Amino acid sequence: MDSPRQMRPAGESEVRWRRRVIARRRAWDWLFGLVGVLALVLAASVFAALFSEMLVAGFRHLSWDFLTSFPSRRPADAGILSAWVGTTLVMLVTACVAVPLGIGAGIYLEEYAPRNLLTDIIEINVTNLAGVPSIIYGLLALGLFVYQFGLGQSIASAGLTLALLILPVVIVATREAIRTIPQHIREGAHACGATKWQVVAHHVIPYSLPGILTGVIIGLARAIGETAPIITIGALTFIAFLPPSPFSDPHRLISFDWLMAPFSVMPIQMFNWLSRPEEAFQQNAAAAGLVLVGMTLSMNALAIWIRYRFRKTIKW
Amino acid sequence: MNTPSTPAHAAQAGLKALVRSLNFWYGDFQALKNIDFPVEQNRVTALIGPSGCGKSTFLRCFNRMHDLYPNMRYAGEILLYPDGVNIVDRHVDPIEVRMRISMVFQKPNPFPKSIYENVAYGLRVRGVRNRQLIDEKVEEALRSAALWNEVQDRLDDLAFNLSGGQQQRLCIARALATDPEILLFDEPTSALDPIATARIEELLDELKERVTILIVTHNMQQAARVSAFTAFMYLGELIEFDDTRKMFTNPSSKLTEEYITGRFG
Amino acid sequence: MNGIPWKEAAAQPAAVGPAPWRATPPGRWRRALGEAAIEGLLFLAALVSVATTLAIVAILVWESIVFFRSVPLIDFLTDTQWTPLFDDAHFGIIALLSGTLTTTLVALVVAIPLGTILAIYLSEFAGYRVREFAKPFLELLGGIPTIIYGYFALLFVTPMLQKLYPELPGFNMLSAGLVMGIMIVPYVSSLSEDAMRGVPMDMREASYAVGATRLQTALFVVTPAALSGIASSYILGISRAVGETMVVAIAAGMQPKLTFNPTEPAATITAYIVQVALGDLPHGSIGYQTIFAAGLTLMLITLLFNILGHLLRKRFREVY
Repeated sequence: MDSPRQMRPAGESEVRWRRRVIARRRAWDWLFGLVGVLALVLAASVFAALFSEMLVAGFRHLSWDFLTSFPSRRPADAGILSAWVGTTLVMLVTACVAVPLGIGAGIYLEEYAPRNLLTDIIEINVTNLAGVPSIIYGLLALGLFVYQFGLGQSIASAGLTLALLILPVVIVATREAIRTIPQHIREGAHACGATKWQVVAHHVIPYSLPGILTGVIIGLARAIGETAPIITIGALTFIAFLPPSPFSDPHRLISFDWLMAPFSVMPIQMFNWLSRPEEAFQQNAAAAGLVLVGMTLSMNALAIWIRYRFRKTIKW
Repeated sequence: MNTPSTPAHAAQAGLKALVRSLNFWYGDFQALKNIDFPVEQNRVTALIGPSGCGKSTFLRCFNRMHDLYPNMRYAGEILLYPDGVNIVDRHVDPIEVRMRISMVFQKPNPFPKSIYENVAYGLRVRGVRNRQLIDEKVEEALRSAALWNEVQDRLDDLAFNLSGGQQQRLCIARALATDPEILLFDEPTSALDPIATARIEELLDELKERVTILIVTHNMQQAARVSAFTAFMYLGELIEFDDTRKMFTNPSSKLTEEYITGRFG
Repeated sequence: MNGIPWKEAAAQPAAVGPAPWRATPPGRWRRALGEAAIEGLLFLAALVSVATTLAIVAILVWESIVFFRSVPLIDFLTDTQWTPLFDDAHFGIIALLSGTLTTTLVALVVAIPLGTILAIYLSEFAGYRVREFAKPFLELLGGIPTIIYGYFALLFVTPMLQKLYPELPGFNMLSAGLVMGIMIVPYVSSLSEDAMRGVPMDMREASYAVGATRLQTALFVVTPAALSGIASSYILGISRAVGETMVVAIAAGMQPKLTFNPTEPAATITAYIVQVALGDLPHGSIGYQTIFAAGLTLMLITLLFNILGHLLRKRFREVY
C-alpha cells in the first residue's frame, strides 16, 4: 500500500491534505446516516399509510353492533361476532397445546438433552420447522387432523394446526430465556441438595418466565393473524351462529362439544369480505382488519413491554 | 486420638474426611492425580496453588458438583466420617452428598428471590414445611453468617439488593441453614472488596466451631490467616500438606517454597 | 509422595455424631423414578416437533405419490400450463413456479437493500435512543398479519401504481411483490443486525485505530465479518417470500400463467393451494391431490433454502 505521503497531490501541505480527505469521508458518513434515517422514515410511512388507509375505510363501520352481529348478506348489517368468538376459542386450544409442549421441549433441550445425534436432530428440526411456510401446516392439518383423525373442519383442527405452527416460536423463546440464567445459579441450587427437577421448577422456570411469556404472546399474536392454514383445512367462511357453549349441556358440568363445532376466525372473515367485489364489503374488511391489527399489535406491544421491563429488573 | 502420623496441631480433633488416591478426569484430561489428604474435624483447611492447579476441581469433588456435567470420571475415595462412606462412589447419590456437604461459590450467587427464601431454600428442597422450624433455622443461619442484624427488618427484600459482601454472607447463611457437616468455600472473597473480605475471614474463624471448613484461595496471606492446615497443589498433584504455620515458615518441598515466596504464581 | 506421614494414617473418625438436626430426604429410588418420569415427559414434548416434521413429509409424499400415479413426473416438470380443474387438464408446475419466482424477486428487490441499510444503520450508526425506538417498531411491523398486508396491496398499492401506470391490471404481481418485500424487511434487518452486533468490538476498534470512519468500518470490517449471518438473513427472507400466501392470493390474482412480467396477474404455488381449498373439491379427487403435489414442491424449495441458511449460520457461529 502506498504511504499517504505519495498519495498527496504535489504542492499541498500534509495537514491540509489530511483534513480534506477527512472532510470528504465525513460527508460520506453523513450521507449514509441520512440514507438510514430515510429508510426508517420509509418503513414508518408504509406503516402509517397502511393504518390510515384502513382507518379511513373502516372506521365508520366500527361500532358495538359490528362486534355483536353475525355476518350478513347486507354489508351494513354484517358484523364479526362469530369471527372473534371463533378466534378466541381457537386460540384457547392453541395455547393449551402449544404452551406446555413448547416449554417442555425447550426445557428438555436446554437442561436435560445429552449431546448426541438425536438431540442434534431435534434441534435442527426445530429450526427447520420455524422456516416451513404456514400453508404447509394447513396441508398437514387437512391430511392428518381433518381426514385421518376425523376432526373435520372444527375448532379442534384449527387450534391444533396453529399450535404446531407456533410450537417452534415457543421452543426458541423458552430456550433463549433459559440460556440467560447463569450456570452458577444452577450450581448454587444443586449445592443446597436440590434435584434436577427442583432446580428446574424452583429456578429455571421462574427466572425465565418473562422471556417465555414474551415468546408465547408473540406466537399467539402470530397465530391470530394466520389465514392460509385455516383456509386450507377448508373452514367455512359464512358462519352465522356460535359454537355450543361449554355450559349448555345439562348433564355435564363442562361440555366440550364446542371443540368439534364449525367456526370462523377474524382473518377468514376479513378475507371473505375482501374477496367480494362490492366496495361496502371491502369497508367491512377494513373494519375487521382494524380489530385484527388492534389485537395483534397490542399483544406484540405487551410482549415487547414485558421484555423491556424484565430486562431492567433482573441483572445477573 | 493423637496419632503420631497426623500433624501435631490437629492433635485433639478427629478426622472428618479422608481422601485416598483420588483421581479425576475431564474427558481424557486428568485433572487430579493420586491425591491423599486428611480433613480434620472443626478445622479450617486451605487449598492453595497457582491457577489451573486443580484446587477448585478438587474442592468440587467433595459435593459432587462435577456430576452436573458429562464426560467426567472419579477414581479413588473420599471417605466421609463418622460413617466412612465413599462420597465419590458411583453408587452414592450425589444429592445425598450435597445435603451433607454445602458449598459457597467464588461469585456470590444468591437466587433472585427474597432474602428469607434464599436461606430457606435448602430446607425447602428437603421437603420441610414447618413454618416455625424454617423461621428458626433462617434466623439461626443468618445470625451465624453475621447478617441477621443487617437484614432482620427486610427479610422479604430481593437478595439482589444486598451489597456484594452481604450477598456472599447470605450464600454462607444459605449453606449453613441445613447444618452441613463440611462447608466448602471456593475462593469466597475473590469478588469482594478488602473490608467485605475481612468480615468473611472473621466469620470463617467463628464458623469452624460448628462446621469443618475447606477453603480454596488464590491468596496465600488469606490461607495463612484463616487456616490450621494448608495443602499446596500444583498441576493436579498434591505437593505438600502440613500445619499452616509450618508450611509458611518451613516448607519441606522446594516447589512450595518457591510458590510461597512468590517465585511463580 | 512417598514418606508422607498421613498417607499411611489409619482413618480416625471424629467422635462427634452427625449433626443434631437433619430432615430426612425422601427415598432415593422414589425420587429417581419421579425425576426419570419428568425427564421422559419433557423428552416426549421435544419429540413432538420431530413427529410434526415426519407427519408433514409423510402426508405430502403420500398424497403426491397418488398424484404422480396419474400424472407423469415429466409432464409435471415440463408442461407449461397448469389447468388441473379444466376438462383439458394440464399439470405443469412451471406455470406456478414462474409466479412464485417473480413475486419473490420483486420482494427481494425491496427487502434486501432496505433491510441491509436498516441493519447497518441500526447496528453501527444509530444512537441508543433511535435504536430503542426503531427495533420494537420494526418488530411490530413484522407482527402485522399477512392478510392485512394483502388488503394493503390490493386496495392501496395497486390503485397508487395504477395512477402512475394506468394499464396495470387490478391483480398484479408487482404490488403483491412490493408489499411482500416491505413485510420481509423486519426479518432481514433484525437478523442482519444481530449478526453485525455479534462482531466483537475490538475489530471495530482496530479499524478506528487506523483512522477509518464509521461508514468505512461498517462496510469494510463489520459487514464482511458478519457476512454469513447477513446472507442467512437474506435466505430466510427468500424462504418467507416463497412461502407467503395471503398477500399473493389477494393481490396477485389466482390465474396460473407462465409469465415473468410483474405487471401481469399470475398465481403462485401458495395462491393455487388457497384457490383449491376455497372451492369444494372432494377428498381423494385429482384436484385434491394437486395441492399436495404443489405443497411438496413448495416444501422442497423452502427446505433447500433452510438447509443453505443453516449451513451459513453454522459457519457464522464458528467465526469468532
